[in-house]
Amino acid sequence: MSANNTSGLPQVSNRLAYNAMRHWKERLIEALLLAAAAVSVLTTLGIVYVLVSESVSFFSHVSIVDFLTDTQWTPLFDDAHFGIMVLISGTLVSSGVALLVAIPMGTIIAIYLSEFADSRVREAAKPILELLGGIPTIVFGYFALLVVTPILQAILPGLPGFSLLSAGLVMGIMIVPYIASLSEDAMRAVPMSMREGAYAMGSTKLYTALHVVVPAAISGLAASYILGISRAVGETMILAVAAGMQPNLTWNPMEPAATITSYIVQVALGDLPHGSIGYQTIFAAGLTLLLITLVFNILGQWLRAKFREAY
Amino acid sequence: MKPLTTEEIRSVIARGKFKDNLFKATGVFCLALALVVIVALIADMVIKGSERFTLDFFLNFASRRATQAGILSAWVGSLLVMLVTALAAVPLGVAAGLYLEEYAKRNWLTNIIEINITNLAAVPSIVYGLLALGIFVYQFGFGQSILSAGLTLALLILPIIIVSTREAIRAIPAMIREGSMAVGATRWQTCRYHILPYAMPGILTGVIIGLARAIGETAPIITIGALTFIAFLPPVPFTETGEGTAGLFDWVMSPFTVMPIQIFNWTSRPDPAFEVNAAAAGFVLMAMVLSMNAVAIYLRYKMRKNIKW
Amino acid sequence: MQIHDQPTLKAEARNLNFYYGEAKALKNINMPIYDKKVTALIGPSGCGKSTYLRSFNRMHDLYPGNRYEGEIRFFPDNTNLLSPEVDPIEVRMRIGMVFQKPNPFPKSIYENVAYGLRVRGENNRRVLDDKVEHALRGAAIWDEVKDRLQELASNLSGGQQQRLCIARALATDPELLLFDEPTSALDPIATAAIEELVHELKKRVTILIVTHNMQQAARVSDYTAYMFLGEMIEFGKTDEIFIKPQDKRTEDYITGRMG
Repeated sequence: MSANNTSGLPQVSNRLAYNAMRHWKERLIEALLLAAAAVSVLTTLGIVYVLVSESVSFFSHVSIVDFLTDTQWTPLFDDAHFGIMVLISGTLVSSGVALLVAIPMGTIIAIYLSEFADSRVREAAKPILELLGGIPTIVFGYFALLVVTPILQAILPGLPGFSLLSAGLVMGIMIVPYIASLSEDAMRAVPMSMREGAYAMGSTKLYTALHVVVPAAISGLAASYILGISRAVGETMILAVAAGMQPNLTWNPMEPAATITSYIVQVALGDLPHGSIGYQTIFAAGLTLLLITLVFNILGQWLRAKFREAY
Repeated sequence: MKPLTTEEIRSVIARGKFKDNLFKATGVFCLALALVVIVALIADMVIKGSERFTLDFFLNFASRRATQAGILSAWVGSLLVMLVTALAAVPLGVAAGLYLEEYAKRNWLTNIIEINITNLAAVPSIVYGLLALGIFVYQFGFGQSILSAGLTLALLILPIIIVSTREAIRAIPAMIREGSMAVGATRWQTCRYHILPYAMPGILTGVIIGLARAIGETAPIITIGALTFIAFLPPVPFTETGEGTAGLFDWVMSPFTVMPIQIFNWTSRPDPAFEVNAAAAGFVLMAMVLSMNAVAIYLRYKMRKNIKW
Repeated sequence: MQIHDQPTLKAEARNLNFYYGEAKALKNINMPIYDKKVTALIGPSGCGKSTYLRSFNRMHDLYPGNRYEGEIRFFPDNTNLLSPEVDPIEVRMRIGMVFQKPNPFPKSIYENVAYGLRVRGENNRRVLDDKVEHALRGAAIWDEVKDRLQELASNLSGGQQQRLCIARALATDPELLLFDEPTSALDPIATAAIEELVHELKKRVTILIVTHNMQQAARVSDYTAYMFLGEMIEFGKTDEIFIKPQDKRTEDYITGRMG
């Protein structure tokens, strides 16, 4: 048979066609890997299903209007009230205190590390921040209740043993590493050429940092703040331990109060029959929490994506 | 405006320098504050808890008397839960990361998966607890067991493992992949003989960091109903218990407690004697977390030296 | 009386077009590859020679968005390599490739060469030892590495690594070997060694080599193809192309007026 045979055999020779067993084995493996990746989608669906189905049940007993406007949260009493604002107030106040600490401190550290510090200091700072970010939140809770609260009580007499202030401050320290590292990344991404333009005109480092770098990195900074807010809102143990778990509609940080998260813990510690209205409240509360953090997360992601486009 | 005189210029510069230095001091102060918090925390736990650092502490169960209360069921529980978490999260996470980097095409399905992973990384841990309560504990009927806890934490740290796997794989040069395919290897053979082995250091580091995070998690475990006062250990396979011989997997379905919950329990007690226990247990937990992170960093450094592209 | 050896076809590109997404990188290529001969592809940067080379072993399939049109017929099967019914894995088992930058795996020398065999399910130690030695000899590197087969391949010099990659490709007895600018990352001595190797190898294997170095093409190949902006401008015996090119564009490139 001459190699120049151009009779145009219609079939692919055995030596070039697909080997069926190998082909299907590859396909099977790919399907298994896809299934593993799809677990993330299943998890999200699971979360949505659990929260929504229990909440639907809940809202068949309690009107949404009451849920949003009632000023008492006493789901386990005979005269039950389901005003989520009570829990939200605790969440907002504690997060507010936390961010009042974390945003300035985190931003200052970020600016310092990005614009001022030499590499030795940066090398030393990295483990400190990583360490801070790796401490389990229950240990922070211990710290807040048994170390920080007594100190605060010495400074502010009349401060109760449980307070949103104490928990909020410690929560703030916990969030500092998140804000510092994300903000620092945002600032380091600003090209040197921008800074050089300012330095060449005789600008000081601080002036350049505040008037050139920070505005250029602002959406990255905002993204880090928003993700910090989301972290604060979702925090549980520090509040469960140090802020008391007593629902209390208040805007005063020097009082104890429950948050959405610490309420769920309180219920879980007790013994609620599956399917009772009390049981359902934690899912309604959880759904509220998820919606709040989801809004912040999406906002933060969008800002981060927008920021990345610029450079 | 008339140009500044030399003196005026000098004073502007001096003021600027002063502000720079003031800010530098503030920056250092903030960092120092962070360090002070860490040191104060550790020092407090060490000092307060020092009298409990005896072997008995590690071998005793919880008890109503502070001096006799130990963390046996807590650290055993933590280890067992970590075992289940690792067994669930590592195969799932590595497989998912491998799929996304080596097999996935740029289509809507891939986008949905990636968006989900990013979102899940930012969901509060207590929501995972609610998911587990509804689905693992009740729907699947796993009950308030080590299995439920392990699976919940596995889902929680899955994004961490997926991201480390993907980054480790991305570091492998395309030339290696092409070199393998050019010799007639299939996609899976390339993954099995090249991609996964070379990505192992990065993956391992990510796994250890994920487990270090999981071991300190409290909220999801409380939510699924881990009990705070446990004075027994899960049944060891093939030993005699009160109800006959324990099977191979009975321990997985057993009630349990973990270190963070034990700490929570002791911290919440008004009796100051238990503060000592809480401090000691807190220190042990911190030591566990820190040593895991240290191992991860060391491994990453060590293994990186061996692979030369 | 001269007896001309009739060159038989090993492969032939017929109306081959190739698209990277929307961009057309190869335009209507028609070109023979003769069995047990060395064919060189020359042309300025971006002319499509590597793209054309990588079509033979379906490397483009690894990346999304690529599209082939037309055929590459492969003999003796007389089958179109680009047909969707053809398994790229099978193609790559019969057509080997050596890359521009030596890319040995971070494994031992032995395992690098044995890899292609293991992938086909060959695990018998004696068979592997035999084939590895054969391949390393074929790549003219056996004497240099025979005492250190278990050492990491990355310990070898650049030229040695490239010969190792050639051995790796040879281990599976390919019918066609594709060389993608194999000496552009090597020093002149290593380059000379590889060129001599190509000369030896063509007795057993058909070779298609992309090179940006015209003198190399002149030294090493029996046939040469000049490509420009994705088109095949001229193809012919190396001696004829370099001495008397038919197309003006070829002449411009060869004389250095362009490129």
